[in-house]
Amino acid sequence: MLIKTNIQLFFKKIKTAFLDLLPIILVIVFFQAVVIQQTFPQIGEVLAGVLLVVFGLMLFIEGLEMGLFPIGEAMAYALAKKGSLFWLLLFAFALGFSTTIAEPALLAIAKEAAKISSEAGLINSDAETLKSYALGLRISVAISVGFAILIGVLRILKGWPLYYLIIGGYVIVMLMTIIAPQEIIGLAYDAGGVTTSTITVPLVTALGVGLANVIKGRSPLLDGFGLIAFASLLPMIFVMGYGLFWFK
Amino acid sequence: MINFLLDFFTILFYTMLDVLPIILLIVFFQLLVLKQPIPHLKRVLLGGIYVVLGLALFLMGLEKALFPIGEIMANQLASPSFLGLEDNASANWTDYYWIYIFAASIGFSTTIAEPSLIAVAIKAKQVSAGTISVNGLRITVAIGVAFALALGTFRIITGLPLYLFILVGYIVVIIQTIFAPKDLIALAYDSGGVTTSTVTVPLVTALGLELSGVVPGSNPAIDGFGLIAFASLFPIISVLGYSQFMFLKNKMSHIKK
Repeated sequence: MLIKTNIQLFFKKIKTAFLDLLPIILVIVFFQAVVIQQTFPQIGEVLAGVLLVVFGLMLFIEGLEMGLFPIGEAMAYALAKKGSLFWLLLFAFALGFSTTIAEPALLAIAKEAAKISSEAGLINSDAETLKSYALGLRISVAISVGFAILIGVLRILKGWPLYYLIIGGYVIVMLMTIIAPQEIIGLAYDAGGVTTSTITVPLVTALGVGLANVIKGRSPLLDGFGLIAFASLLPMIFVMGYGLFWFK
Repeated sequence: MINFLLDFFTILFYTMLDVLPIILLIVFFQLLVLKQPIPHLKRVLLGGIYVVLGLALFLMGLEKALFPIGEIMANQLASPSFLGLEDNASANWTDYYWIYIFAASIGFSTTIAEPSLIAVAIKAKQVSAGTISVNGLRITVAIGVAFALALGTFRIITGLPLYLFILVGYIVVIIQTIFAPKDLIALAYDSGGVTTSTVTVPLVTALGLELSGVVPGSNPAIDGFGLIAFASLFPIISVLGYSQFMFLKNKMSHIKK
């Protein structure tokens, strides 16, 4: 009986994972069949890859929901309640850093970035340089997200208005754009959107809402948000700095 | 098969290193700072194994499916024979219209089905006391992302500088911030991050990079990135714009009464 419900649950999860991918599949099938009217190259390998992606993401998210999310939320809440500013800020930084290092979308984009930079002759094309470039990129993004969450937590504690900080951030992004090498700008802008996908968003939102719940006079609905916004802004600034370091 | 397993175990090893910081974070804060045992330890451990395995499988599939799909689509839709060009004739930016339509379709379809956008829309409805409708917001953001990706591919093809577009986008956001209902600002800013999911990012990135490689005169290192940046900026503009519009509409109907 237990096994039967488990299997049913398993198929339900697979179905949900496929439904998430369905829009993309439909668009691509439509374009292949109606617009391009060619046979899709390497169709077998691509289909096998799609299966790996679906199954991998399903396991990944299932694992997060089983283990990391409940414990992360409980810890965020407990630390907010503990009232020690030092530990809270350290936790905020470490949470941003560690979840970003494991972010799948960032892993993907770092790899592509290393490949493109070496093809353009900006960095050496040996495997060692590619690896350290991609890792360095991920570490700079992770540090920036760490700082972003730290500043976001301070904002909730102090009640600073969000838009001043965001507008200030935009101004810094624009100033950095002037001095950064042009080969890094596109990647830097993209890094902002990449950091905030699967792992970071739920945990960081939990931290923000937990904090706003604990502090008097803060509404979780209003003050709990805004952390993600910082996590999309600071990576742009840090990656441009990273580009200054590598390309100049 | 042996190659496949070798690949898998190499990736698995690196994935464990990637997840290590999270494990250290939990152990350090739970045991040393909060001084409490880890609750449901067995479940947490099993969840951790799922996370590592799932991430490793995803990364393998990424190389075999998501990157190739983006590259193949860009190649096919931008190839001179598909565009119907004569030899040596150079393409106008208008010749690439199927690319724009494809980018817009991917943007719209992935955004409308995005679970985290649904969550944001439900919160927006609560914050605005029902003025904002869940589906209205979802459709608005999906149209915003569709437009963003079409505009992004247009920029790659024309090679116009990315920062100009982003600068204009920021100015629009700042102006909207001044007039938008204050309660919705934080939510709108956060929504920029929700539309770029784990599946969309690699596919769209590969599309942009390959497109800049195929289109004559475009340089992948300079022009190839930027699609994700567009897709993160436009949801903010759409959410602010939509909530502004709904609040004004609401006000007008009150005045009429």
